[in-house]
Amino acid sequence: MFEQLLLGKLTLDAIPYQNPIVMGATAFMGIVALVILGAITVTKKWGWLWTEWLTSVDHKKIGIMYLILAFIMLLRGFSDAILMRTQQAVAVGSHMGYLPPSHYDQIFTAHGVIMIFFMATSFIFGVVNIIVPQQIGARDVAFPYLNSLSFWLTAGGAGIVLISLFIGDFAAAGWTAYPPLSELAYSPGVGMDYYLWSLTLSGFGTLIGGINIFVTIIKMRCPGMTMMKLPLFTWSVLCSMILIIVSFPVLNITLGLLFLDRFIGTHFFTSDFGGNPMMYINLFWTWGHPEVYILVLPAFGIFSEVVSTFSKKPLFGYAAMVWATIAITVLSFTVWLHHFFTMGAGANVNAVFGIATMIISIPTGVKIFNWLATMYRGRITFATPMLWMIAFLVTFSVGGMTGVMMSVPGFDYIVHNSVFLIAHFHNTIIGGVVFGLFAGYTYWFPKIFGFRLNEHLGKWAFWCWFLGFLVAFMPLYVLGFMGMPRRINHYAASTGWHGLLVLSCVGAFIILAGVLFQVAQLLYSIKHREKYKVGNDPWDARTLEWTIPSPPPFYNFAIEPVVSERDDFWEQKQRGLKAIKPVYTDIHMPKNTSIGFMIGVIGAGFGFAMSWDMALPAIVTGALMLLCVVVRTFDFNTDYYVTAAEVAETEAKFSKLNGAV
Amino acid sequence: MTSCSMNNKNHNENSGAHGAHGAHGAHDAHDHEAAVAAKVTFGFWVYVMTDAIMFAAMLATYAVLKNGTYGGPGIQQVAHLPHILIQTLILTLSAFTFGLGFIAFLKSKACQLRFWLVITFILGVVFLSIEIGDLTSLVKQGYSWQTSAFLSSYFTVLGLHALHIMVALLWMLVLLVQFSCKGFSTVMKTRFTCLGLFWNFLNLMWLIIFTVVFLIGAV
Repeated sequence: MFEQLLLGKLTLDAIPYQNPIVMGATAFMGIVALVILGAITVTKKWGWLWTEWLTSVDHKKIGIMYLILAFIMLLRGFSDAILMRTQQAVAVGSHMGYLPPSHYDQIFTAHGVIMIFFMATSFIFGVVNIIVPQQIGARDVAFPYLNSLSFWLTAGGAGIVLISLFIGDFAAAGWTAYPPLSELAYSPGVGMDYYLWSLTLSGFGTLIGGINIFVTIIKMRCPGMTMMKLPLFTWSVLCSMILIIVSFPVLNITLGLLFLDRFIGTHFFTSDFGGNPMMYINLFWTWGHPEVYILVLPAFGIFSEVVSTFSKKPLFGYAAMVWATIAITVLSFTVWLHHFFTMGAGANVNAVFGIATMIISIPTGVKIFNWLATMYRGRITFATPMLWMIAFLVTFSVGGMTGVMMSVPGFDYIVHNSVFLIAHFHNTIIGGVVFGLFAGYTYWFPKIFGFRLNEHLGKWAFWCWFLGFLVAFMPLYVLGFMGMPRRINHYAASTGWHGLLVLSCVGAFIILAGVLFQVAQLLYSIKHREKYKVGNDPWDARTLEWTIPSPPPFYNFAIEPVVSERDDFWEQKQRGLKAIKPVYTDIHMPKNTSIGFMIGVIGAGFGFAMSWDMALPAIVTGALMLLCVVVRTFDFNTDYYVTAAEVAETEAKFSKLNGAV
Repeated sequence: MTSCSMNNKNHNENSGAHGAHGAHGAHDAHDHEAAVAAKVTFGFWVYVMTDAIMFAAMLATYAVLKNGTYGGPGIQQVAHLPHILIQTLILTLSAFTFGLGFIAFLKSKACQLRFWLVITFILGVVFLSIEIGDLTSLVKQGYSWQTSAFLSSYFTVLGLHALHIMVALLWMLVLLVQFSCKGFSTVMKTRFTCLGLFWNFLNLMWLIIFTVVFLIGAV
């Protein structure tokens, strides 16, 4: 009885000893983790890790932790992709491949969940966290403790996904988890519960983060930074955060209802007892379609900064860009039904949503032409961020056009659930979001760490990614026309798909080479960081973040900047920078807190306990989380002053360092 | 008020610690507190909007599943309208008593503030007890959330609202304790403002539930 309360469904059988792939991956991850933990212990860095990172509320450090999380999850999600591509390349006719259906289903589910929620979202939040406060001349985000909480909730969710690899299994119902397949009757395993809890934790993390950044941009802009003077990255982030604020509550409640169906036997989405599975699908995409814009709008913003910096011109059509972004924000809520035209809502409903979908391509087209017009007659430097930008223009346009094709309901009926769709959304997500994030990563890396990345290796990585992407996904368009459905782990030789799938697999391995080049680039640049050291403004850029040292001091701006026009820093450089004798004042900064970290860790424990029906641990961890929240409200002493003298000292140190460059 | 003067003392120590910047520091701290209060209140408004969207999604689900009774009882059979009326009156009254409490805060009257908060708390508890009593008796009659999709959504709409009320009541207790330490300070004013916002929001959500679930369905 007590054992039941303590351990629930969990037994030793939950560990998949018999599966060599899983155990190999587990052993690899275990060894890496041991090496890292050992290194921290040997170098006696635990205290440093705790005070400087885990409990930090500095937006730059939280951003870096988001980036690390995104990088780890990218590797994990990408391994899943390689596994799927190789399986499909070999599993034809009498060869069954090396992945049984049950395992294959988990892999494509995990791939989707990880890439959307834990790679792309974390990456976006990493860049946003670091750059947005600096672009608007602020010293931190509006709610530093909530920022730390957001990160640790996301990390807790990611932890649940990672642990599913070697304790139990992961969901096998696809990343969208459509009922009735995801209901208890058809997915009795623990995998679905892992899915629900990891997404609930990260969903709340993202929602809190969205509110936080939104309030930061609205309330903390420096004097003179009116809305129409905001850098375009900040504008697009603002719109993306509005989308988070409006859409994530829907995801949270939807997953909550699915959880109730599975946990206490309600009938929201079951196919009997009057339940309605299509309701889940509607609610899911009410969140899900805005979600793709949540990801791509910040990428658009990054491209706007990059194209203007590396063309040495102001962004063409700033106001049009802003209004296009706002139009996309609004329209993204009017198109969700195009994800299931085949539901059978009728010709008129499908026509409305089809036309709405076509309309949304207009503001996107405006953006594409504005970027092209910015480059026109500019002095273009082909640095790595600019290469990602140009590749994006090509791939994203192709992805956009196939999207418009599918917005025609009649056409959608033909390619629905085929790999044509897979090709389309990878075309927009890799070609749009991922390329954008890589552009942002190379562009802002010198600002974040104080040294730049090796350009040579970066260009190799770029070309491998770009060509690999084309080789991997263009064949899928053809295969879609040939009728190949998504999510299959085996097919007959007579289908004639084999050759193209092998080609696609080759493409995946070319991308792998790109990833390896990126790892090499990072390691090489760290090794030669002295050589690559940069000053405040290595790219001759335009916005406020480039006016402060790289890496910036923890308070960002010693003196609050005042701006008078768009791209104020650039305009000042054109007029010639005036050296003013600085007058420092005391700076108010938030104190570190461990509560965010604790809630994230305990939350992951809570999710784990709930997944395995462990009554006692669930009650204890749930109560502890609540306690942490309440305890934090009793801490009235949450910030402190940095005295003017300390600021002067730090600034002197920084200018000495910069003088050496 | 001892707690109040204690707070002022802390305040002075804080600015005094910066020596020459003493006077200037105090001025800064004041500005800073006001800026924090503005951010927190605005941020809380945004949070409340997200919560409203969550309720909207839940109510949309209810509207879709309302007829999914699967041969079981519908809204007319399960709704106990006299209780619903009493609950509505109680919650509306509690919003009024909370408002009186907040006025007492603005007038720095500690006893009155405590009195009205306790009254509000009691009204909240009564509201919850009636609701839990009604739902329990439904389950006892054999109509639980497992009976049909309609009852699933009925229990969950009311349950979601009740869960929010519970959180608000816990928050009220926490603030009563914190008020004893921090008195009439800016931070407490911000917190009472947010709680008031939340409490009125829950009242509004109840009125919407009242309309969508009971007025349209059961009357």
